[in-house]
Amino acid sequence: MSAILNAGAKAPDFSLSVNPDKKITLSELRGKPVILAFYPADWSPVCGDQMALYNEVLPEFQKFGAELIGISVDGAWCHAAYAKDHNLHFPLAADFEPKGAIARAYGVYRDKEGFCERALFVIDKNGVITWSYCSPILVNPGADGILQALEAL
Amino acid sequence: MTKLAVAVSAKDHRQGDKDAPCTLVEYGDYQCPSCGQAYPIVKRLQKHFGKRLSFIFRNFPLTQIHPYAEPAAETAEFAAAHEKFWQMHDLLYENQGRLDDELLVELAQALQLAPAQLLQALETKEFQPRVRADFTGGVRSGVNGTPTFFINGQRHDGSYDFASLVEAIDLVLE
Repeated sequence: MSAILNAGAKAPDFSLSVNPDKKITLSELRGKPVILAFYPADWSPVCGDQMALYNEVLPEFQKFGAELIGISVDGAWCHAAYAKDHNLHFPLAADFEPKGAIARAYGVYRDKEGFCERALFVIDKNGVITWSYCSPILVNPGADGILQALEAL
Repeated sequence: MTKLAVAVSAKDHRQGDKDAPCTLVEYGDYQCPSCGQAYPIVKRLQKHFGKRLSFIFRNFPLTQIHPYAEPAAETAEFAAAHEKFWQMHDLLYENQGRLDDELLVELAQALQLAPAQLLQALETKEFQPRVRADFTGGVRSGVNGTPTFFINGQRHDGSYDFASLVEAIDLVLE
């Protein structure tokens, strides 16, 4: 695996499905900060769940005008079911075909397991990464690092 | 290592001596089954460590997946205003399986708190700011789900079964 992209790097663009009918394109979000949250898989246990946490913290992110996108290798139908079940209010992008291509571009794909790391990126309004963090795979990284990075923008 | 961003203070709900050598802080959600599992474990820890341990509970309701987490947290804060926080906290966890609006009223009655006052407090969201303050403080501290424990201000990333918590607390007591 290549190393995780660090602050100063240009964020690789992507256009990925968020549900069977809709795509999200990173470059179309220029002008506002973007938080990318790579995570291994939908349907991990509910209470310790990273996406459920971000869903709760969303109003704090929005105070900075930031857009949050979750990304995993799960497909669009899986994301749609998961987002509905968890009442998520932010998009989940499907890094599904070719599998993990975007995770690889950000240096956060785990070849052996076939899913991505638990990795966070904060991207500024010009599309440049200002903060990145790769958490141990079993540790939900929380939201404190993201908030600090947004404050530093 | 992730640290508690909001220091323990007199505003917190505490069981045990404030000068105890170990302070365990839990960020919890009354509707979270994992917190329900942790509830008797904390009781066992308190018995095991006695005066060496003080315990603090802070609210971290995951409202989008647990519709009763927020009203339950506000009900506990309502009870706190009548100095019955811990009784309500315990009753909420002991009756977690049937948590709903009716249960909140029933528990208020059980503690001789006026149901009408509780309903008004919930309606006017009187205790919401307190619950939100706990929540945002928790987010700043790196709370990453429920329950999240801090032992003397350091986040406990290990398992929250009895043996793991005893081991972690023993380390700070050494």
